[in-house]
Amino acid sequence: MPFPHRIIAAGALVLAAAVPALANPFERVRPVTHEPTRKECGECHMAFQPGLLPAASWNRIMDNLNDHFGESAALAPDVAADIRAYLTGNAAVRGDGGLARITEQPWWVREHRLRPEAWTRPGVVSKVNCEACHRTAPQGLYEDD
Amino acid sequence: MIPHALRRILLPTVALLAVGAGVAYAAGEGAARSAILDGYAAQAKAEAPSFAGFSADRGRALYLGPHAGGKGDANACAACHTPNPAATGRHAKTGRAIEPMAVSANPRRFTDRAEVEKRFDRDCPNVLGRACTAAEKGDFITYLAGQ
Repeated sequence: MPFPHRIIAAGALVLAAAVPALANPFERVRPVTHEPTRKECGECHMAFQPGLLPAASWNRIMDNLNDHFGESAALAPDVAADIRAYLTGNAAVRGDGGLARITEQPWWVREHRLRPEAWTRPGVVSKVNCEACHRTAPQGLYEDD
Repeated sequence: MIPHALRRILLPTVALLAVGAGVAYAAGEGAARSAILDGYAAQAKAEAPSFAGFSADRGRALYLGPHAGGKGDANACAACHTPNPAATGRHAKTGRAIEPMAVSANPRRFTDRAEVEKRFDRDCPNVLGRACTAAEKGDFITYLAGQ
């Protein structure tokens, strides 16, 4: 009976096409379009796109700017509120809101199982230095791996 | 075509205007920096009546460190900004490039009061573990304005 086979084959094809597209929604995120976010966050590290973290994670970050992963990143209250609104308003719908670090998000960890030498290459310095390997990271494009 | 005679007048005029604008721009930056320093001097006098002016040498010592007690990883300004303030720095933790601190290499340094205060508010606790005094801020700017 050829009929079910054909359906199965067609189904498999559809799945094969769909799986890569669903693989990682974080490989392509909207670039930062908010000037204060670009300026203030971008002073010390790449201004990460709001779509890389869920709103709860952004709120954790903005609640703790006085101790931003061990350093003060304090901002004037009005500037901080403006940036928080942009980040949470354009946040990812997925991700673990209990984790503030992008580099601790399960999808990030899954995508970065690299040899230890990859992290000690000159110019990398840190896992937050996306651009060291993803040249188009500032545009929100991380598909180049 | 512009007639030759007109061009003879036009070109030097344009050149003069360009130089003039450049000088005026630099003067504006210098004036903004002086105003910030004046503010710190007034504050320093209020904090310590014995204050007798800023010192580039003290500013240099503050810049080079090393210091103890900072809550960040850096024990000196120079740790990120490099011992040569005219060089491009690098954030110790993130690897992000930092524009030079020396005014000769980066004339826009210390010309925006809010920006200057923001950086001192953050980096003094990061490097020294405490806020900087107005005298220290003035020393620091005085040193880098001469670099």
